[in-house]
Amino acid sequence: MGVSQEDHALVSEISPNWVTTKLDYLVNLARTKSLWPMPFGTACCAIEFMATAASRYDLARFGMERMSFSPRQADVLICAGRLPFKLAPVIRRIWDQMPQPKWSISMGACASSGGIFDNYAMVQGIDTIIPVDVYVPGCPPRPEGLLYGILMLHKKISGESLLDDGLRQELMLRDDGLFLPPERVNELAEPFGNSVSQTRSG
Amino acid sequence: MTTESSSVEALKDAFGGAILRTAVVCGDTIVYLAPDRAHEVLAWLKDTPDQAFNYLTDITAVEYRDPERPFEVVYQLRSLERFADLRLKIELDPQGELRVDSVYDLWRGADWLEREVFDMFGVAFTGHPDLRRILMWETYSEGHPLRKDFPLRGHLSRAEQVRRALSLKPEEHYSPEELELARKRHGRDETSGWVPPRGGGA
Repeated sequence: MGVSQEDHALVSEISPNWVTTKLDYLVNLARTKSLWPMPFGTACCAIEFMATAASRYDLARFGMERMSFSPRQADVLICAGRLPFKLAPVIRRIWDQMPQPKWSISMGACASSGGIFDNYAMVQGIDTIIPVDVYVPGCPPRPEGLLYGILMLHKKISGESLLDDGLRQELMLRDDGLFLPPERVNELAEPFGNSVSQTRSG
Repeated sequence: MTTESSSVEALKDAFGGAILRTAVVCGDTIVYLAPDRAHEVLAWLKDTPDQAFNYLTDITAVEYRDPERPFEVVYQLRSLERFADLRLKIELDPQGELRVDSVYDLWRGADWLEREVFDMFGVAFTGHPDLRRILMWETYSEGHPLRKDFPLRGHLSRAEQVRRALSLKPEEHYSPEELELARKRHGRDETSGWVPPRGGGA
């Protein structure tokens, strides 16, 4: 948002009012009903994602008429499947190429937390690489699960306001080359559940 | 079927001392070779008309948890004419240098198989034309993941792993042939230095 500090102060003084809320409603309605997904399918979740897009579940009912295989025309990144470290710079670049407004859905246990792959090769949750709006649990989630996640994203978008200029801020990599502070990454990547008792040889 | 492969007798006649011992496990014949003469034996198996092992199914390696047992490099051969299989093993001292002769000159398919064994186990193949990592990225520095002394989650902290992964520039590791193909297709250099955006808060 190209809103300067002074403009923002001015807008905040008079807001929210009838005009801004109606405008928010209109903009959010347009955004929720025309979310174009950028599919980032790496594993079995992508199969469920394809099922969701196919005729029985039909993503087109929610305005996701077309997969946007170019990140430059996409609104929502759906990471369906595990993300190895080798793909970390790839998903980061795709995310950087998507124009605002943009959202992301982490589909399945592996994308959200590393899942069963608590090992040397796998990113422990894509939220250590890019910001995530909705996490869909499941291994893999059924199409209904993904649709529920998409509806949650609709709900989230419906609550957004043009006056909140923090929302559309581009979250870049920090100077140390990470997206989050290192201690936060380590905390997010801690072993949990069954993998706590897995041995670390050496 | 527990009968020994007919190749064993022929091998013993031809090489004698280079055949250390043989075994039949689950119907498969295993021949243990002396490391220094293995290449010679494999070449003979490929080129002798009676043997004609013209297809290299797989090369892999085994490190046992028991430190007393030797490290094994395994060759699985198949003769497409005779419908015959043969498994050959070279035993190496896990404390010593892990080095065997490449069989790339016999079977071109050994190229990536040997790269994979090098990547995962650190076995060096003398005479391989392009011994680079193949599964992990080329600048990966934590070691060889399938070795028993390699910790399940790698040596570095998760934050450091994520930082190194995000700093990768995947196109720097394409082979010259791949880059040439890209140039021919697009008529320009697709990989001219893309710099990831930095700065801003997270």
